[in-house]
Amino acid sequence: MPLRTEPVTINLGPQHPSTHGVFRLRVTFDGESVVDVEPVFGYLHRGTEKLAEERTFTQIVTLTDRLDYVSSMSNNLSYVQAVEKLGDIPVPERAQYLRVISAELQRIASHLVFIGFFMQEMGVFGGTLLMYSFRERERILDLFEMLCGARITLSYMRPGGVTQDAPPEFWPSMAGLMQEMPGYIDELEGLITQNEIVLARTRNVGVLSDELAVNASITGPILRASGVQWDLRKAHPYAVYDRVDFDVPIGATGDVFDRYLVRVQEMRESVKIIGQCVEQIEAGPVKTEGPFFVRPRAGDAYAAVENPKGELGFYLVSDGGISPYRCKIRSPSFINLTVLKELLVGGQVGDLVVVFGSLDVNLGEVDR
Amino acid sequence: MCADATGGILGFCWLQAFIANPHVGALQIGPRLPESLHWLAFALAGFTLAAIVINAVLMVTALYTWFERRLIGRFTSRLGPNRWGPFGLFQPFADVMKLITKEDIIPDAADRPVFTLAPLVLVVPGFMVFAVIPFGADSFLGRLNIGVLFIIGVTGINTLGVFMAGWASKSKFGLLGAMRGVAMLISYEVPMALSVVGVVLLAGSLGLKDIAESQPVLHLLVQPLGFLVFMIAASAEMSRAPFDMIEAESELVAGYHTEYSGAKWAIFQQAEFTAPLVTATVGTVLFLGGTSGPAVLPGPAWFLLKAFVLVFFFVWARVTWPRMRVNQIMEFAWKALFPLALLNMFVVAAEMQLLQGADGGLDVSDLWIMAAVNWALALIAIFGIANLLGQSKLRLPVPVPSPLANMGVEAD
Repeated sequence: MPLRTEPVTINLGPQHPSTHGVFRLRVTFDGESVVDVEPVFGYLHRGTEKLAEERTFTQIVTLTDRLDYVSSMSNNLSYVQAVEKLGDIPVPERAQYLRVISAELQRIASHLVFIGFFMQEMGVFGGTLLMYSFRERERILDLFEMLCGARITLSYMRPGGVTQDAPPEFWPSMAGLMQEMPGYIDELEGLITQNEIVLARTRNVGVLSDELAVNASITGPILRASGVQWDLRKAHPYAVYDRVDFDVPIGATGDVFDRYLVRVQEMRESVKIIGQCVEQIEAGPVKTEGPFFVRPRAGDAYAAVENPKGELGFYLVSDGGISPYRCKIRSPSFINLTVLKELLVGGQVGDLVVVFGSLDVNLGEVDR
Repeated sequence: MCADATGGILGFCWLQAFIANPHVGALQIGPRLPESLHWLAFALAGFTLAAIVINAVLMVTALYTWFERRLIGRFTSRLGPNRWGPFGLFQPFADVMKLITKEDIIPDAADRPVFTLAPLVLVVPGFMVFAVIPFGADSFLGRLNIGVLFIIGVTGINTLGVFMAGWASKSKFGLLGAMRGVAMLISYEVPMALSVVGVVLLAGSLGLKDIAESQPVLHLLVQPLGFLVFMIAASAEMSRAPFDMIEAESELVAGYHTEYSGAKWAIFQQAEFTAPLVTATVGTVLFLGGTSGPAVLPGPAWFLLKAFVLVFFFVWARVTWPRMRVNQIMEFAWKALFPLALLNMFVVAAEMQLLQGADGGLDVSDLWIMAAVNWALALIAIFGIANLLGQSKLRLPVPVPSPLANMGVEAD
């Protein structure tokens, strides 16, 4: 006689230890396997796009900090590039280099956060890996503090450049960190990459095919883990990315392990990029002097950067005033979440959290 | 007169000799009581001893929570609790005070009697095991002649406690945790019991004191496989990482004790922190020779030292490894640990048959031969199993760029 089982529906979140903020997942289990998944979000909606219509072009920079609050620099960069495109504002070369350096530092910091929380979700008790990766991230935040005085909500960039030049003590500190960073990454990899349990839990789990990834307009490390070699820094070079040499790592199967591995390799590439930028950077102004209120021409512009989490784009429509008529944010976390159901259904409860963690979404950006 | 099992368990004998025996009668209670009331002296003796054991265990566990948290702090490049008392030693007492003064919430839908009973069912077996551990040379309770069976039986009650807690709290997270717990705890009892059989065979006794004294060569050296399986299965039995899927913080919030708070939650924590101590002390007796050691230190000191080395390994594993998935944990029990434990048992039995002398006993040189053979066998068996089940044999495929990307070409 077959045993009759009954599916159980559980609300994971909005308050749950591994939902990266306030995310709700209505999951239907049958025993240990996942039958249905329904993501519910919007708990962190702050109306960023609407708020942007009420602020001047410069003030909006602070709003972008709060989108994906672990990669504020990249958010700043995406937004100011959209404004510069709209207003034809030139950017001094030194500012471009500073932007690339800070964006790549931010990429390392964001991927470190990913690794820490990913391992936390895999169940390393006491947050060993979390503390390890935050130890390095702390030094990056110290560098940001030198640059702009803030650690999380940075607002370092402005339309036409960056707020201020890096102080003299910034360069030796960063050189020291960049020298030690490969060793730190090796240490993390030594604990994770060849770990039997990590391999058992991540290999061939939550496989995302390249076709589905492209059709669902997935971007960032998740897309590259599926084998699609697409990186905005190479495909549509912005700032000074066309002057530096770096590889775009891709994964083989598109499973959770590849998503982790691609991010680790990207951290190594970021260290390479920063090294080259430090060699190439020259003295000069860091901001184009302009009027206090930026008044771009009437029209629209879209600018996108390769955020740590994917393609972050700002679409600005201006009517010639001091604030945008409309500001649309293409947030990578939100769009990357759309494949969640395909990845989870048919899997196990234990996989659920790991797959969700491997997408590395940030709820500040999902809900905006 | 004291050889029977019940006498040993409840500690009657030792105090009976002291209190109730008319010939000793130091407290002069026994002689004054009529013959028909001697059970009263028995009961008194039992309760006194139980109180001593339980309070000692509570205090040691309190210190152990401090030890573990300091250790975890160090492992994770933090300091750990260091505020109250020297080196933060009073932290456990602060924790307990905080927990027992918190509101004790019982969900409306919960089954109140079972919900209240569950923490006790979980915590008591730990205390009971301590009663029979031979901490010193003249430990009386350790002489219980079925010690190993007693321990395996009593620790099996854990499963019931986990299920009661999960079921009674009428929470889906609790139920999922309890469901996983029952499946896992029962599975891992099998390899754990089998791994002990080798020790029992060699010692020729189920009594813990006999086993501790029967180790001219430590059982750790003679049967490495048994020790390994015991340690792994035991850490699953106490549901610690990497087998902590019963609680699985990132998946099930807190598993079976999601709905508990205040004092009841404190009792769960007590049970959780007693478990490694129990396992370490049992492991010390079974595999590390209990109180034996060079005479530079007294026996109990050696015992504590060995137990803390084992505890250290438990903590180390806990902070280093991620959690396994449910099906992988079950697979590991039945496909890896079970055969290894069986192998250890058969090999030890066969070697005893082959090596025993005319008097049917083994001398020390025989034990060393067994140790050499068993270590070689253990390494072969472990590598064999790892090759069959492990992930390392799967080579990472080389990434091939998908044709869907056209990064070199400008899209517009």
